[in-house]
Amino acid sequence: MTLSAQSLDAAPRPLRARLAARRVPLSILALSLLPWILPSEALAVNVLVYGLVAVGYNLLFGYTGLLSFGHAAFFGTGAYVTGIAIGRFDAPLFAALAFGVAAGGALAFVIGLLSIRTRGIYFSMVTLALSQLVYYIALQASSWTGGENGLRGFTVSELNLFGWTVDFLDPVEKYYVIMAFTAAALWFVSRILNSPFGSVIEAIRENETRARACGYDVERTKLISFTLSGLICALAGTLFALHLAIVPLDILHYHTSGMIVMMTLLGGAGSFFGPFVGAFAFLLMEDVVSLWTPHWQIVVGSVFILFVLFLPKGIWGTLMAWRAGR
Amino acid sequence: MSTPLLAVENIGRRFGGFVALEGVSASFEPNRVTAVIGPNGAGKSTFFNVLSGVLPPSTGTMRFKGRDLAGTPQHRFAHLGIARSYQITNIFPELSVHENVRIAAQAFRSRYEIWRDRATLTELDDKAAAALAAVGLAHRGSATAKFLAHGQQRALEIAIALVTDPELLLLDEPTAGMGPEETKEMVALIEKLAAERTILLVEHKMKMILGLSDRILVLHHGRLIADGSPQQIQSDPEVRRVYLGQNDGYA
Repeated sequence: MTLSAQSLDAAPRPLRARLAARRVPLSILALSLLPWILPSEALAVNVLVYGLVAVGYNLLFGYTGLLSFGHAAFFGTGAYVTGIAIGRFDAPLFAALAFGVAAGGALAFVIGLLSIRTRGIYFSMVTLALSQLVYYIALQASSWTGGENGLRGFTVSELNLFGWTVDFLDPVEKYYVIMAFTAAALWFVSRILNSPFGSVIEAIRENETRARACGYDVERTKLISFTLSGLICALAGTLFALHLAIVPLDILHYHTSGMIVMMTLLGGAGSFFGPFVGAFAFLLMEDVVSLWTPHWQIVVGSVFILFVLFLPKGIWGTLMAWRAGR
Repeated sequence: MSTPLLAVENIGRRFGGFVALEGVSASFEPNRVTAVIGPNGAGKSTFFNVLSGVLPPSTGTMRFKGRDLAGTPQHRFAHLGIARSYQITNIFPELSVHENVRIAAQAFRSRYEIWRDRATLTELDDKAAAALAAVGLAHRGSATAKFLAHGQQRALEIAIALVTDPELLLLDEPTAGMGPEETKEMVALIEKLAAERTILLVEHKMKMILGLSDRILVLHHGRLIADGSPQQIQSDPEVRRVYLGQNDGYA
């Protein structure tokens, strides 16, 4: 990933480096084609939103090396807070989005603070437990969240973008609006990964002890990474709320966290394009397989197991490794 | 006598009821090579872990250039000018050799600067290249670190420590697992570094220590039992009894 080291070589830059240099425009190009190649616009929006969650998750899991099982909490908080801001307080759309992202980020900061000092399986369990706590809060506070029925009554039908009115009920227009936010988030993540901070989180993933001996405040860096990851996932949550016009309680459940982990692994953890590829593959499988059997999870689960066993780098990671090995 | 670079007084470290280190006092002058020896379990690694901030001492004080190190978190030690290598090779295996050293140099920049492109920090590349050249790895910069030979990985670890220009370099068994040829190269490297740095090393290879060190500390059961020049240590009856006599040459 180090462009500097590669530029020292006289050899032509490998495909991976050429893709990495243009990863944001390439992602945007691919995403803008999605509604035209997928069976439905709703599926395309799902790929966008879950892809973005996986991208946010990948920042923590793939690049910093921390396996969180609680990212549903940030995704869900973003969705709920946006929904409540619109439905209950009539907040303008952009303010509602900002509240959702800020709330998810603040929650990530707190959960990060509580979980960062534990390691390995304990870290995963602490994040899982804390996110389930958020789930039960949402379940109990039904006067705010709608409890088991989910949050309803905040349909956004129109969006005013600097004098240009977007019909939010038109699936294609809605897709491109959500894509614009996703593109901005992708650019932001790419920016983080390209920065010196990106080198530090990779170093921590590779060898925490050595990173600390080099002079890095490992805990602080992890906390920043955790919070940034939570912010991206919260943004995905706010977009999800706009898209569905309801927030199902399930969004906070650990099933959602597990799905985020699966998508990221399926596509390829630690690669920029991987999470989107993973979300795309996962949701497409769900969409296609559930047409002929309600037990689609058996098929998707089997595919996932095969990937973990035989292609641990995921779809994108394997593709790149195969290309590099030729 | 000038202010010592590092002075430890009555340092002790317990793990529950086990006393790994007790009552160790010593001070280290600049630009000297000091070896720490002792049988297995003597407390050498604990001593090094205390000196490099990995473990806070249970008792005693440490002063680096007159500054009390009590309560200093481990990652600050590198910033103060104390760098170390580990007994078991400790590098970033999946990163390139160049990036291994570059990331260490980057730690001394004060900010992460998310808006900046990491590739624009070319002064880090220069520093990394210089450190790699100093340990004889200039030609391996683009290799992935895990593919280096063992001796080269040990040298890389020293380059990682060296790139931050530390005043005190702690080397924990720098020749562990090396053959005679690699050991010779490492000794030459340490001799070169010793000209302008204070070096503390843990080693088992007695011949190497006697030739390389200005001074030797001997630990036994967590206590400092001898402290002197190689000649003094060699003729110390207590040291001969607990250490040298047992097995001539290697422990």
